[in-house]
Amino acid sequence: MKMNIYRKNRVACVGAGLTLFRRRLMETSDELMWLAARQALDEAGLTIEDIDCIIFGTAPDNFDGIHMQSEALADGAGAVNKPYTRVYVGGGTGVFSVIAGWWHVASGLCDRVLVIAEEKMSHVQPHPQYLFHHIFDPVTEKPLGVNLIWIFALEMHRYMYKYGIKKEDIALVSVKNKRNALDHPSAQVAAKITVEDVLNSEVLVWPVQRLDISPVSDGAGALVLVSESEAKKLTDEPIWIDGVGWSLDTMYWTNRDLAFPVYLYYAGKMAYEMAGIENPRKEIDFAEVYDPFDYKELHHMEGLQLARKGEAPILTREGVTERDGDLPINPSGGLLGVGNPIAAAGIMKVAEVYWQLRGMAGKRQVKKDVVTGLAQAWGDLMQVGTVVVMRR
Amino acid sequence: MDTRPKNPEGTPYRMEDLRSGAIPYTEDSLEAWYRWSLGKYLGKYLEGLREGKIYGRRCNNCERIYVPPREVCHHCFRTTDEWVEVGDTGRVNTAVVSYISADRGRVEEPIIIAVIELEGASPGIGILHRLGNVSPEDVKSMKIFGKRVRAVWKPPEERTGSVNDILYFEPIEEV
Ligand SMILES: [Zn+2]
Repeated sequence: MKMNIYRKNRVACVGAGLTLFRRRLMETSDELMWLAARQALDEAGLTIEDIDCIIFGTAPDNFDGIHMQSEALADGAGAVNKPYTRVYVGGGTGVFSVIAGWWHVASGLCDRVLVIAEEKMSHVQPHPQYLFHHIFDPVTEKPLGVNLIWIFALEMHRYMYKYGIKKEDIALVSVKNKRNALDHPSAQVAAKITVEDVLNSEVLVWPVQRLDISPVSDGAGALVLVSESEAKKLTDEPIWIDGVGWSLDTMYWTNRDLAFPVYLYYAGKMAYEMAGIENPRKEIDFAEVYDPFDYKELHHMEGLQLARKGEAPILTREGVTERDGDLPINPSGGLLGVGNPIAAAGIMKVAEVYWQLRGMAGKRQVKKDVVTGLAQAWGDLMQVGTVVVMRR
Repeated sequence: MDTRPKNPEGTPYRMEDLRSGAIPYTEDSLEAWYRWSLGKYLGKYLEGLREGKIYGRRCNNCERIYVPPREVCHHCFRTTDEWVEVGDTGRVNTAVVSYISADRGRVEEPIIIAVIELEGASPGIGILHRLGNVSPEDVKSMKIFGKRVRAVWKPPEERTGSVNDILYFEPIEEV
């Protein structure tokens, strides 16, 4: 499929900010947004007066319990009396909010955009998990008592079956990401664990166990995106967003190929075409792929053509995806290590690519010299892929 | 150069801090009741289940047969053409063992959940349902994958026009 995409401005990222990610934070959602936004603006050397428009992302409706969430949080977003838009594609929202920021600048509509995302899951009692019951079809699925983890377990098991993948190899992802997160100042569940710890953790829905999954989190993140002319005024080291892509598969998830994320293949293809990338495995130096579950990092590497079908577990076992490997994956520590305040976690991934390309990731900095990085998220009913390709 | 993010902020608390009053909070619940009209297709699907039949819709352009039945063939973006009664037998595409309920509590007896590709529907067209007379071990060993199963229905007088009119699917070949 040839895309007809017209881009007036090249788009740069010039600042990023994050709060702590924690199971419970006492700050309200707008207070968290303010903390992240202030940090991103400070890093960019801008104030809210300089910002032309604000893009806001938050994932499943109603973690905050207000059916008007973007309006309720406008003040914390710095959005009062400015063009302000909420975008939403479930778990894919964090990266999608960056894509929406990108199109405001790329089109020439705005020069300086603040992208901000938050999630406060801790409000929901007795467990935030229950809200996800309401994303399913009320006629064909909800009456079965469906749990969100069911569909991930079904997908993981199909993936394991199709390619003969062992749980031990999948668990290596959780071990790697939690260890990487030890060096991330925002991290919620960084830890030194072993494959055995994962395999001995509580079984939730076989084959999914407690340590295969990212935690419930509160947190916020923000980025500042600007046009090329503005970027040159602000910094000698702008990081460019050279490709964006997104794609959505059918809502009938039981009709899909559960062993391969087709939605992500198309999203990646769109971003690669825009960025002029012909061989992703060679041209992408490192990636932050969406890892709410450990198998999902592998699944997504394959969907993004960073590994052949069924090959991602082998690359992981061989150490290729470690920070000092040939293709570092989730050097931040990912959702499995840093935490998963859903939309904010997507921003965290884009921020990591930005900081890695600037050489500002400290102990998390990948060993190889990196020029091109990719961030990706996934969501809705397991059906959407959102991708950005960034370069220095 | 400083490591980023630099001093990320936020004030963590524990559940006990709410109970002790250290962190002030308030409570409320959202209550909403919905009555969904089923449209032209799902209504007949549920009516079929009440009669012990599983209906799909066929697209004559690409020849796909969809379950549950639906208006639009998303491959062709055109209206599906005709009703098809598919079988109540199928093959297990994938299966898992759930030890938790929808609200994340532990369940007493594990539930076996599967995607079942129905015979008579197009390849890859599966539905979500429970499996019965299958052990967790058969799932963990993946022996149940690819096996033929058949719907076990509630007695006709107990059916209400719901996906739960099927109690579960059980194997009809050796696992
Ligand atoms: Zn068709």
